[in-house]
Amino acid sequence: MAKIIVVTSGKGGVGKTTTAAAFSTALALRGYKTVVIDFDVGLRNLDLVMGCERRVVYDLINVINHEGNLNQALIKDKRVENLFILPASQTRNKDALTLEGVTSVIGELKERFDFIVCDSPAGIEHGAMMAMYFADEALIVTNPEVSSVRDSDRIIGMLASKTLRAERGDAPIKEHLLVTRYVPTRVSNGDMMSAEDVQEILAVPLLGVVPESPDILRASNSGVPITLDEKSEAGQAYQDAVARFLGENRPMRFLNVKKHFFSRWFGG
Amino acid sequence: MNATHTHTSTPALELKGSRLTTLVLHFYRTDNAAIATELKEKVTQAPSVFKQAPVILDLRAVCNDAQTLDISFLVEILRGYGMLPIGVRGGNTKLNSMALAMGLSLLADVKLDRFSQQNQSLGIEDESPVLAKLPPEPQLAPVKIIDHPVRSGQQIFSAGDLIILSMVSPGAEILAYRHIHVYGPLRGRALAGIKGDVSARIFCQKLEAELVSVAGQYQINEDLQPDLLGKAAQIYLKEEQLCIEPF
Repeated sequence: MAKIIVVTSGKGGVGKTTTAAAFSTALALRGYKTVVIDFDVGLRNLDLVMGCERRVVYDLINVINHEGNLNQALIKDKRVENLFILPASQTRNKDALTLEGVTSVIGELKERFDFIVCDSPAGIEHGAMMAMYFADEALIVTNPEVSSVRDSDRIIGMLASKTLRAERGDAPIKEHLLVTRYVPTRVSNGDMMSAEDVQEILAVPLLGVVPESPDILRASNSGVPITLDEKSEAGQAYQDAVARFLGENRPMRFLNVKKHFFSRWFGG
Repeated sequence: MNATHTHTSTPALELKGSRLTTLVLHFYRTDNAAIATELKEKVTQAPSVFKQAPVILDLRAVCNDAQTLDISFLVEILRGYGMLPIGVRGGNTKLNSMALAMGLSLLADVKLDRFSQQNQSLGIEDESPVLAKLPPEPQLAPVKIIDHPVRSGQQIFSAGDLIILSMVSPGAEILAYRHIHVYGPLRGRALAGIKGDVSARIFCQKLEAELVSVAGQYQINEDLQPDLLGKAAQIYLKEEQLCIEPF
C-alpha cells in the first residue's frame, strides 16, 4: 500500500511544485515506484517543471469524470524509472475535484505505487483540501519570512482537523518542515528568519533546508527536476531531505555562511 | 444627485450588537442621606473610575421597600460625580415609571429568574431584600484542556477555564468565560472573562500575544511593555485597568 505525501504551504510561490518534483524524482531514483499528482486544477504547472508538458493527453479531471482511464492519464518519466506524473487539467476549475472522484483515483493508485506525492495548490480552498485529505505525511514548504510562516501554521492546523485521518481519529498526519529559498548570508545579517526561528514558531520537525539557488529557476524552465542536477546545492539539499524522510541520519547542510578560502586562511 | 450619491457610496450606518462592561450600583436601602454618604466615600476612593462612567442602577433589593427610592435624587447626585446613569433594572412599576420619567431606560434583569427560583426552592418569601444579596449558587465552571498547538486561524472557546498545554500561534484566538492558562508561547489573541468576569486572569509562560483582554479591557501587542515580551506573565484587572505583571 502506498504512502501518500502532500506537499503544501498555504502561501503561493514558496516552492511546492519544485519540491513535489524534486522529492518524487528522488524517491523514484531510490527505486520506489512513485507517482506525483498535480492538484492545481486550472493552473497546471507540475508538467512544466517535470518536463512532460508536451505529452499530456488525459488529466486528473478526465479520470475523475471517466473520460479517460488512469493508464491513459499517467505519464511515465523518460529519465527516471518508476516515476509517473498525473497532470492537472488546465481548462477546468477546482470544483471538478470531487471527493468521490479523488477517492477512487487515490484508491487505484494506492494499489500500484509505493509513494503518492500530491502537489497542493496554494490557498486553503477546495483544491488544497482535496490534496491533503488522504495524506499520511505532509511536507510543509515554508520560506524564511513571516507571511509564509503564518500561512504554513494555518495549513498545519488544517492537517490536524480537516483530513481523513483527523475525521477518523487515526494517528495524526506526520508533518515535516522544509525551509526553502534559504540565504544563510541574509540570515546572519538578520534580514531573514533563521531555520531555527521558523522551526520554533511552527513546532514541526525540520526535514531540511534548501538554499536559494539560480539552479532552481534554470531547472524549472528546462523541465528537469532539481534532484537530477547532482552538482546543485539545492538538488543535494533535496536528496538529503529525502534520505531523512526515509529514516537516514544526515547532518543539516547549507545552514551557515560558507567561509571563503582566504577568510578561513586568515582566521576571518 | 444626492439620492444617487447615497445609493452608490458605502452605507452611512450599520447596526451591530456589542457587549460591554458597565458599573452597576446596587441599592440596599432607600435612605437618601445614607446613600449620599456612602456614595461620596466610594467616589473619593477612586474618582477617575467614575468620571464619564455609564452606570446601571440595580433596584432589586429595594423594589419592595415601604419607602420608595428617590430615583430623581440618585440621578442628580450621580451626575454630580460625573457618572452617566443609563438605566435601571429589577425595579417595580412605580420605580420604573420614575426612571422612565428621568430619561433612564429599563433593562432586562437576566439574573432575576434564577433568584426567584432559588427563593422558591429555599421556601423563603420573594419579598425578603436580604435574599437579593445572597451570592448565586456556586456553579462548577467547565474546564477545557487543550494539549496540542492552537494554530493560526483556529479558535478555542471554554465556558469556564481554558488551559492550553502547547503554544498559541499568531492568528489563533483563545476565549474563555473565566481564566486562561497557556503553558507554551502565547502568540495569538487571548480573551479571558469574555462575559464580563472582571476577576478572570490570563497566565502564560511566554507572552508574545497579539492581543490580551480581560472582561473587555484589552491591550494590543504594540502597547505591551517591551520588557514583558517573551516573559512569563499574568494579566488581570485592577480597578478596571489591565495589569500585566511578570511572575
